[in-house]
Amino acid sequence: MKEEHFLVSTSPHIRSAEDIPKIMYAVIIALIPVAIASIYFFRLWAIKLMAVCIITAMGTEDIFQRLRKKDITVFDGSAIITGLLLAFILPPSLPLWAASLGTFFAIALGKQIFGGLGYNIFNPALLGRAFLMATFPVLMTTWTKPFSLDVVTSATPLAQMKFAQSFVSHQSLFLGNVSGSLGETSALAILIGASFLLIRKIIDWRIPAGYLGTVVLLSSIFWFIDPKGFADPLWHLLAGGLILGAFFMAPDMVTTPVTKRGRWVFGIGCGLILIVIRSWSGLPEGVMYSILLMNAITPLINRFTHPRIFGEQK
Amino acid sequence: MRIRSFRGGVHPPEEKITSQKPIQELPLPKKVVIPLSQHTGVPARPTVKVGDRVKTGQRIGEAQGPISSNIHTSISGKITSIENHPHPLGPPSLAITIESDGRDEHHPSVKHNNDYFKLHPNEIREIVRGAGIVGLGGAAFPTHVKLSPPEDRWIDTVILNGCECEPYLTCDHRLMIEKTYEIIEGLKIIAKTLEVTSCYVGIEKNKEDAIKAMREEIRNKANMEIVSLKTKYPQGSEKQLIEAILNRKVPSGGLPLDVGVVVQNVGTALAISEAVKKGRPLIERVITVTGRGIKNPANLRVRMGTLFKDMIDYCGGFAGKPGKIIMGGALMGFAQHTLDVPVIKGTTGILLLTEDEVNIEEPQPCIKCARCVDSCPIYLLPLYLGIYGEKELWRKCEELGALDCTECGCCAYICPARIPLVQLIKLAKQEIAAYRKKK
Ligand code: SF4
Ligand code: SF4
Repeated sequence: MKEEHFLVSTSPHIRSAEDIPKIMYAVIIALIPVAIASIYFFRLWAIKLMAVCIITAMGTEDIFQRLRKKDITVFDGSAIITGLLLAFILPPSLPLWAASLGTFFAIALGKQIFGGLGYNIFNPALLGRAFLMATFPVLMTTWTKPFSLDVVTSATPLAQMKFAQSFVSHQSLFLGNVSGSLGETSALAILIGASFLLIRKIIDWRIPAGYLGTVVLLSSIFWFIDPKGFADPLWHLLAGGLILGAFFMAPDMVTTPVTKRGRWVFGIGCGLILIVIRSWSGLPEGVMYSILLMNAITPLINRFTHPRIFGEQK
Repeated sequence: MRIRSFRGGVHPPEEKITSQKPIQELPLPKKVVIPLSQHTGVPARPTVKVGDRVKTGQRIGEAQGPISSNIHTSISGKITSIENHPHPLGPPSLAITIESDGRDEHHPSVKHNNDYFKLHPNEIREIVRGAGIVGLGGAAFPTHVKLSPPEDRWIDTVILNGCECEPYLTCDHRLMIEKTYEIIEGLKIIAKTLEVTSCYVGIEKNKEDAIKAMREEIRNKANMEIVSLKTKYPQGSEKQLIEAILNRKVPSGGLPLDVGVVVQNVGTALAISEAVKKGRPLIERVITVTGRGIKNPANLRVRMGTLFKDMIDYCGGFAGKPGKIIMGGALMGFAQHTLDVPVIKGTTGILLLTEDEVNIEEPQPCIKCARCVDSCPIYLLPLYLGIYGEKELWRKCEELGALDCTECGCCAYICPARIPLVQLIKLAKQEIAAYRKKK
């Protein structure tokens, strides 16, 4: 028999089929229902906003990878996700130049500065939004009623609760027929996408469970004590970006703990911060800050939640 | 009933393409190459010289020290050389080459013992030691050592390992179906030697026919149980097997006997029964020749020292362009650079992957997905072992428990960034051992 050339390398000799692009594209698929809902409610604005954010995200990634002389991984799906997620948490009427600037910031300073995918500490999309909030507070709080293509300033349900003590009905919140950011209006669409991610085990259920569980528990307690002054738990769940945040932003693997206990801590921490912000601060919405704050302490959580090694004595 | 298992692990495609293929006898090879080191521990010392005539089953290498093993010739014929030869587990090492005389004449030491059940435990240990039996599941640890626990250790359970959790391999599966009686005989002999009363056989659920055959065999035996286990890798790893069946955790850095257990592979039980009843030393074993890279995959009974190329020829040669030749399984096996290596006691199979099955993907940065963490059956944090390993921070690796890693490969298998985690951890272990020695 002729001696051939055989490859020699360390075990294991097989690899699971799931690689980084497969995971990323699964997330993108999960975001499709949300995209459809936002197009349904906000028509052309939604399409333009999503297109601008995605293109800017990919373009920025490309430029930075060229500058840093790295492999170009624009098509691994991660930039698309950042662009899409950022679009979802912007007001539909935001001028496109502002959206583009925010996306540039998200990729450049939220991701590439740290060294690219895998090295960033904060969720890039949320960082992009935080940047826009700080720079263009007025633009970022100009909301639009769904189905109308004119900018009609209208308060979000959370702002209404906070500043006018009036509550929008649960049903409108669930279906998305309210003012709000592009993709956070329809809880139904988000839940469809989220179930796909949970079934495919792309995200760890512990984070949304810890996050939403804490919100429900705390808001129930407050609501029991003072039903007039506080919103009921279901309302809290459905309003604002909570569900989008809990399923698509908080569980972002790069910026969350790697241990199971750490993920509980992360989710519960997000819930605590959210309730505090919603109930007592001057800000109407706390999803973004709750997640960014927990992102910041993720390295710390990782350090303190090392699992005990198999058979290790106490 | 809740199906028993352990925490962590992965479930790669099972690929048991040979599970319904009965064991075939490989025709007597023209020559065999028998390495003097086929086991964990000190290599044996040759007791023959070039030109000697030997008969099948004759001892040709003598164990050196307590953790070592005797070596026997697997055919009859003439010794033609004693020199270094390619070894499937590492650099070339001393091996005895025997040219067959085609007669397969047995040595007089190979004889039946009809009164085997009257033997004293120490006599059994002596027979097992003499027969050069080692663990046949792959690790090749000398069996007589496992059968001789220190006086102060209380052993109450024997577990036979019939999990065969590695994808592709089916030799143990076939043995449990075709040699059911002998395996249970072997288990009884082990139990008697260790004076234990409770015996288990752990088998993964994907081998229903083997579970059924084994259950039939042990009917009316009160102290034995066949346990059907979840099909999950590494179910057949000692620590995970004990966790699944007894819910006991072997301490970090410890051995199964620290929790009162001895684990033996089903193939080893068969070898013990053959040695005790028929006086046969360990000169043959069953291996699986498999994968898409071979024309006719098969389960073969082969003599120790048979060269890989003889078995591949017998199985019809390569199918397609060969990419990788692996001794053992897909998760823990060893890639070979030549077919001129022999079957040794720890060879469970030969896996041939075709060229397009071995895609070498560039590692990407870790995305902290924690799939490696979730899959590690030892509860390590493989991603950090990888990160620190790449930076050569060996002490950090040690703090994170690198030495506890069993190199099972779950983490590297599952990693979507294709980071060579096992390679980095192996390196870390070597470096840690090196600086510990210096101290
Ligand atoms: S770290 Fe070691 S024990 Fe854990 S999964 Fe990886 S190879 Fe297996
Ligand atoms: S599986 Fe790979 S990419 Fe995921 S955390 Fe582990 S090392 Fe990182």
